Amino acid sequence: MIRLVYLARLREALGTGTESVDPPREVGTVTALLEWLSSRGGAWRRELAPGRAVRVAVNHDIAGPDTPIRPGDEIALFPPVTGG
Amino acid sequence: MTVRVQQEDFDVGREMAQLRANTPGVGAVASFVGVVRDLNEAAEIRTLTLEHYPGMTEKALEGIVGDAKRRWDLCDVLVIHRVGELQPSDQIVLVAVTSAHRGEAFAACQFIMDDLKTRAPFWKKELTPAGERWVEARASDDEAAARW
Repeated sequence: MIRLVYLARLREALGTGTESVDPPREVGTVTALLEWLSSRGGAWRRELAPGRAVRVAVNHDIAGPDTPIRPGDEIALFPPVTGG
Repeated sequence: MTVRVQQEDFDVGREMAQLRANTPGVGAVASFVGVVRDLNEAAEIRTLTLEHYPGMTEKALEGIVGDAKRRWDLCDVLVIHRVGELQPSDQIVLVAVTSAHRGEAFAACQFIMDDLKTRAPFWKKELTPAGERWVEARASDDEAAARW
């Protein structure tokens, strides 16, 4: 299982803050996970479409498209940050 | 080095006095305080709500401060960032840096702020007379961080 965390605008657009998912074995990278989630359609497809500014963190570290994901990871999806 | 994410306000004078207490080697204290403005992109701001990602936000701030300490010869660093609902004129963030000389303190303070704007997981939502809106990231912040 993977724990997903959605933050800020993304949490509101997707209507949920956290969920646990069990993606198929071939979903092994951040890019593959985003594509898999996007295939749910609706708000998921809209918010996670290529070109949308979605940042991803794996276990509290900023991740890139090829960052591997593994069972037990906490993966957060969020818009570009606007603090300070 | 100290990093704090909190709802409560902070007293800049007290924090800065504490930061350099019992450190006679300090010759410079540089600080930055970010404040909520009453106007953003032509809209009147009633409240500004700051959200963070507990765990990652603190880790990111510690990473930024760690980078600054590797880069400059610093005595100590304090970062306080507020979350929750704020009003115009409220303090949002404090970065304070102590060092032997001013050059390091000025540079490190600016670097930490620039890096924080693009790397620390915080998000702002504004309440204006027209309703709520999430603040969009600015390209100028990326440029400010890239120059370091």
